[in-house]
Amino acid sequence: MPETPLLDMQDVHKTLGGKHILQGMTLQVHRGETLVIIGRSGIGKTVTLKHMVGLMRPDRGKVFIEGRDITTLRDRDLDQIRMKFGMLFQNGALLNSLTVGENVAMPLREHERLPEEEVRRLVREKLALVELHDVEDMMPGILSGGMKKRVGLARAIVRNPEFILYDEPTAGLDPIMSNAINELIVNMKNTLGVSSVVVTHDMPSAFRIADRIAMLRKGRIIKVGTPAEFLETDDPVIKQFVYGEEEGPDEPSE
Amino acid sequence: MAKKAESPSDWVTDAFEGAGYTCSVFASTVLAFGGILNRRRELLYHVYAFGCGALPVTVLVAIFTGMVVTFQTGLALYRIGQASQVGVLVPLAMCREMGPVMTCNILAGLLGSRIAAEIGTMNVSEEIDALRVMSINPIDYLVMPRFLAMCIVCPMLTLYADFIGIIAGALVARTQLDVSTQAYLSNAREVLEFRDIYSGLLKALVFGALTAAVACSQGLRTEKGAEGVGVATMRTVVISSVLILVSDYILGWFCNVFLGVGA
Ligand SMILES: Nc1ncnc2c1ncn2[C@@H]1O[C@H](COP(=O)(O)OP(=O)(O)O)[C@@H](O)[C@H]1O
Ligand SMILES: [Mg+2]
Repeated sequence: MPETPLLDMQDVHKTLGGKHILQGMTLQVHRGETLVIIGRSGIGKTVTLKHMVGLMRPDRGKVFIEGRDITTLRDRDLDQIRMKFGMLFQNGALLNSLTVGENVAMPLREHERLPEEEVRRLVREKLALVELHDVEDMMPGILSGGMKKRVGLARAIVRNPEFILYDEPTAGLDPIMSNAINELIVNMKNTLGVSSVVVTHDMPSAFRIADRIAMLRKGRIIKVGTPAEFLETDDPVIKQFVYGEEEGPDEPSE
Repeated sequence: MAKKAESPSDWVTDAFEGAGYTCSVFASTVLAFGGILNRRRELLYHVYAFGCGALPVTVLVAIFTGMVVTFQTGLALYRIGQASQVGVLVPLAMCREMGPVMTCNILAGLLGSRIAAEIGTMNVSEEIDALRVMSINPIDYLVMPRFLAMCIVCPMLTLYADFIGIIAGALVARTQLDVSTQAYLSNAREVLEFRDIYSGLLKALVFGALTAAVACSQGLRTEKGAEGVGVATMRTVVISSVLILVSDYILGWFCNVFLGVGA
């Protein structure tokens, strides 16, 4: 019998604002792997991530985390499960009324009793991992989009979660910074055994970090496979996306 | 996203949904009171910010409320030759009714909209989702401290408004109605009972709790999009002002029957 997947989405449907966004989404994430979800803008990648942590509940279908059905859990029980999670939001989702340092320290201050010096040291350490230095006292409002995202990443990893969800971690970053973030994601997997789901449409980044890639289209996963399988595919829809070709079944605008 | 015009039945469904949600937010908030010691920093901050933010307007409103009430009751009493008795009516009216209702109506506009806009903006910018993922319950972290702060600030400012309104009344009595300050104040001291004051403060406490529950729940269910926060803010002010008036009547009856606040 295969081991229970870390995360298991079964036939999830979701309608938002009158649009049927997820139409029977089925996807598993296994322990220790990095799964990359690709797909066009507005297709429902962020919505998928929100279902994985119970921020949205499916209209139909189930989401299991370590075999436990989270679709019917109450908020307080979900909080227990989320302790193992870190999530990077697409826009960083920093608390705008707190400084950068307070933002990153928040999970520590809320859930752990650490001496103040230790908190500061950890905050500095995690900010350095995303190449940010001496930003602790700045307010999020004055940071660039890319910097906010990196602060959000530092906050997501500050308590060394076992499972991290990244929503477009490299979008809006320059190529050198993107590489640094890719290396960070790969390192966390290799050194800490973290499992991750990464949403992206940055194909070089996807090929660098993925153990498996899943492509989302029209509310469903149309293909899951290794990066090599994606490179060798004959499917015109996938080739068009992977190689960024102009000609293909999908129109640039819908 | 452009919305179709709402039909009356949509409106009713929506209103009931909103009311139900507000009640559930209120219930979770009450259940979260146990954690207040962990949030004392937030609580103190909100008490201070709300109190200082609302103080100037409260003073202004209290002055004019006291003046209007004194002037109009004075004129009415003048007709029956009893203008000197204005010191009996104004302090009672101020403490039981005008102080709590006028103050808390202004606070519903000022602080209710502020709370709804704050939480609504956080909701739209995914800050609340971020809190949830960090296993920080938004009721504990955002709602409960603001709720308790409103329950403290509303009676505090009301007490202050009562006092200022009575003083302003004394000035109008002297300059417009020819009632000496001494006569006015000795009337006031004679007629005013402790329960007139605390029944008014009890009202203010309930008004503050109602406003906070409406504001927080409207903020938490703000819809994404540019209009969302504006709609949540507007609804907060309208709903809490109406609720204040309706509950004022019910509370007046309650105070009369159960607390002996009467003739
Ligand atoms: N809370 C919401 N209410 C209404 N519509 C939503 C909501 N969240 C997302 N959507 C819609 O769902 C679709 C997918 O969104 P999203 O998952 O953010 O796309 P992406 O794949 O670019 O991350 C979009 O059309 C968006 O407008
Ligand atoms: Mg997205």
